Amino acid sequence: MRAFSYHRPDSVDAALRGVAGQSGTTTEAAVKFVAGGTNLLDLMKADVMRPERLVDISRLGLDRIEETADGGLRLGALARNADTAHDERVQARYPMLSKAILAGASAQLRNMATNGGNLLQRTRCYYFYDTGTPCNKREPGTGCGALTGVNRIHAILGASDRCIAVHPSDMCVALAALEAVVRVSGPRGERTIPFADFHRLPGDTPHIDSNLAADELITAIDLPAEGFADHSTYLKVRDRASYAFALVSVAAALEMDGQTVRTARLALGGVAHKPWRDPAAEAELAGRPASLESFRKAARVLLRDARGQSHNAFKIGLAERAIVRALAEAAGVEHP
Amino acid sequence: MIAKPTIPDPLDRPGSQIGKPVSRVDGRLKVTGGAKYAAEFNTPGLAHGYIVSSAIARGRILAVDTAKALALPGVLQVFTHENRPSLPWFDRKWKDDDAPKGSPFRPLYDATIHHALQPIALVVAESFELARYAARLIHVTYEADDHQTDLREASAHAFTPGKDKGGFQPPPKPRGDADRALAEAEVSVDLQFTQAVEHHNPMEMHASTVVYHNDGTLTVHDKTQGPLNTQTYVCNVFDLSKDSVRVISPFVGGAFGSGLRPQHQLFMAALAAITLKRSVRVELTRPQMFSFGHRPETLQRVALGARKDGTLTAVIHEAVQETSQNENYVEVVVNWSGQQYTCDNVRLDYKLARMDTHTPLDQRAPGAATGIPALEIAIDALAAKLGMDPLELRLKNYTEVDPNTGKPFSSKELRTCFRQGAERFGWHKRSHAPRSMREGRQLVGWGMATGVWDAMQGQAVASARLGIDGTLTVGSATADIGPGTYTAMTQIAADILGLPIDQVSFQLGDSNLPMAPLQGGSWTVSSVGSAVKAVCDRLRDKLAGLAAGLNDGPLKGLRADDLVFADGFLIAKADPSWRMSITEVMRANDLLVLEDEARSIPYYKSQMQHALGTHSAIFAEVRVDEDLGTVQVTRVVSAVAAGRIINPKTARSQVMGAVVWGIGMALEEESMTDQSLGRFMNHDFGEYHIPVNADVHDIDVIFVEEQDDIVNPLGAKGVGEIGIVGVPAAIANAIYHATGKRLCDLPITLDRILEA
Repeated sequence: MRAFSYHRPDSVDAALRGVAGQSGTTTEAAVKFVAGGTNLLDLMKADVMRPERLVDISRLGLDRIEETADGGLRLGALARNADTAHDERVQARYPMLSKAILAGASAQLRNMATNGGNLLQRTRCYYFYDTGTPCNKREPGTGCGALTGVNRIHAILGASDRCIAVHPSDMCVALAALEAVVRVSGPRGERTIPFADFHRLPGDTPHIDSNLAADELITAIDLPAEGFADHSTYLKVRDRASYAFALVSVAAALEMDGQTVRTARLALGGVAHKPWRDPAAEAELAGRPASLESFRKAARVLLRDARGQSHNAFKIGLAERAIVRALAEAAGVEHP
Repeated sequence: MIAKPTIPDPLDRPGSQIGKPVSRVDGRLKVTGGAKYAAEFNTPGLAHGYIVSSAIARGRILAVDTAKALALPGVLQVFTHENRPSLPWFDRKWKDDDAPKGSPFRPLYDATIHHALQPIALVVAESFELARYAARLIHVTYEADDHQTDLREASAHAFTPGKDKGGFQPPPKPRGDADRALAEAEVSVDLQFTQAVEHHNPMEMHASTVVYHNDGTLTVHDKTQGPLNTQTYVCNVFDLSKDSVRVISPFVGGAFGSGLRPQHQLFMAALAAITLKRSVRVELTRPQMFSFGHRPETLQRVALGARKDGTLTAVIHEAVQETSQNENYVEVVVNWSGQQYTCDNVRLDYKLARMDTHTPLDQRAPGAATGIPALEIAIDALAAKLGMDPLELRLKNYTEVDPNTGKPFSSKELRTCFRQGAERFGWHKRSHAPRSMREGRQLVGWGMATGVWDAMQGQAVASARLGIDGTLTVGSATADIGPGTYTAMTQIAADILGLPIDQVSFQLGDSNLPMAPLQGGSWTVSSVGSAVKAVCDRLRDKLAGLAAGLNDGPLKGLRADDLVFADGFLIAKADPSWRMSITEVMRANDLLVLEDEARSIPYYKSQMQHALGTHSAIFAEVRVDEDLGTVQVTRVVSAVAAGRIINPKTARSQVMGAVVWGIGMALEEESMTDQSLGRFMNHDFGEYHIPVNADVHDIDVIFVEEQDDIVNPLGAKGVGEIGIVGVPAAIANAIYHATGKRLCDLPITLDRILEA
């Protein structure tokens, strides 16, 4: 790999000084934070990411899981994915999140990977990883190899003619459904980013994954009080039973009023450049009976603009079935 | 010495080591890290190489700018076609023991690009990390030509190959008139199949460490299935004498055929070591493991005709397989379809199509693993159409002779496999109709298939050295790519000389040892094991002679046949109290060591008169999610007839591993080509899917009794390949039974199920 310098501060302020002065977003930055390193180090070895300097944030603390004043839970940015998924409060109050985390990667990776890092992991598009091929995300302006190539695992929603990559995280799909809030620190002080605004669609700038600024650090992820513990699930469909990225995944969460859906949250993974939510589909469910028919209807609303590529059109029908299955499971509706 | 066919004795006596589930003699070394693999041999001053791979699939290199790489302190050299030393011109210098007809690929030979990811430069530096970094600073400009990597298009120019590779038999001539019989058949099926490219992907990446000695000689640690193959290649390509190249490769972390041919990292490491006069290691990355041989993509058609009672009246099996532009890689894909069932009208056709890829390469059960699933899926489809139980249909057309040749099988306990496998699986409880075994949203299906592989034997030589303390060292230049060769050979030697396992050691993976053929094709126990038996038989005879010659001894005048060898003693059969220890016999003869060497030669005459093969019956249960198309293989029973099983523990592991691969072949494994780039794209373990633990449920392995005194003196046929053959068909047939969908394109990924 390319030579880089390494720095390991022991306070948030010192860490922020390490990235001070950088402009743009964190994806483009030359100085990067490293925590678990489960994605960044691989990408550096593959010469896909070429940071000049790594700021190791593993000694900053930020690894606690704490109650918030409004009855929610604050997940430290440096708490491990495994510790988060197995935390009793997370399991009891946000079972959908626990399930999503455990559906991702492997036990070994979850032991290393941190919550903040999970948000910043990069796409698993083949072309992004293979420096012998064109990729607008890796090298803007070189083209998108996947558009004309092998695109079985690629996006059906929100893609652009520059990039059809998908976000690989499972955890983020559940966080999107829960409407988590990302807390960040930077030279301008602290700010919060609603989860829906954290990741970006590719548009004309597919080389930028998120709206996190280059001089900011994720310190925590806040979960609102409502965890949909009674009526939620995470369903992941993939090519093997473990250790594979989602072809389609669904985080489904409902508030029920008897057999009627009061409110619904629906987020999809494996289908877009960010966890996909659609207010129209959720509105479609609200006030309707919890039935396969209304779930199917909502799924069709969500997928109304879905577009397949040469190898991934199957994802559209699969997503519909997965949404129906997940909603049925969340609602406790018998599938005939 | 030619070993004689004498099976029952001494192998069947009580207390025999053969047939015992002995734990791996090298197990402790492996789990403690004591076992050294090719990339783990360290030596002072070792330099590290990193390979630069081509970005295009076909064309030529116009320029390679190495200036930036060479400017880095610690970079020793960048080798390209422009600065390589003189290399041989004749193809024969580049051939190896597994080379098919044609012109082998020559790394760094000239500016021509033959296939994507072709190695085009080697950076050598003081550290691996530096070499890798420097490799990224090399700028290559190309002139690209159009490439062909689409087999359907290429098959328009398919041709019929000859006997283009050792072990390959072209299909037999047609018998009867299969096309007419098919047209007139009361019931028929006609199906098209595709088999995706698979890469071997052993856990250990291909690597070579070439240690350069001051006198110019080399010690080569290579990932290989044959140390002598590696030695010959290095000597021929670099014009060295055999005395100056020694190959030592005691451990190989899986190969599955990928080590049958010297791969380019060997060339690179040797080139750099010889040129720089330094020890050099070159190890491939996982993506680079997709830059050489692979199981070829294959298009097939199988058409079957039958009478209403299930009697087969027509078998047609056609296959087109990819090969490279430079070599004719061939494997036996269709011949099996003329051998498995009795049928008077059979037409088999096998063709190759040239593509701009690296030459394909033998991969576990090459040919059979591809061809048999097509046949066995078609048989299942025919059974469904006939309304017959698929097992009954197979029994109805069972054959005791090989219909391709008319020769009887040396042994064929396939009926026993069917019976025992079906019983263990509970096959009789299967409901016939598809979609009849639902559990909620899960569709349950049961399927079965037959497997077959050759039982081959090659010549091999083994040496043995018996010390006066009763320790025995046996050796032969074979490999142990994981099946448990160390253990099996140790058992055979210990058995014949009646020694405890821990007094016997077996050496392999060293070119200084006596000749052994490549480890492949399930023939190592048959070939090398027979040599081990032969040399131990000779030591046994010698010891008996020495004991018989002792006038004061208790065994005076007795012959080897009059003795039993057990616990380090020679014991008279007539009276077990007449006994001498090996130590006593040698001491009395003033001998400290007893050494010998023997060559085993197949029973050519009787083998020529028979068909030789291993057989299996595979039963599989799947659960298919009706909404999502996901498949779980919840149960597999594999009943195998492979002659004598030397070690049921390691043999079971081999078959289990092969069943796991069969699951991968059925459901997951595929190297996906970007046709516009001519390049495999999913070249890592994240996206090239092989089964994980969560995909693997109950696997039950049965070895049925099978006596065979023709295959070799041990009566053991080998189990390296048989375990995978037919497994994908059993699973595909179970998916049909679960869903009513007949899927003929492997792998059967969930999108294929949903869209069928």
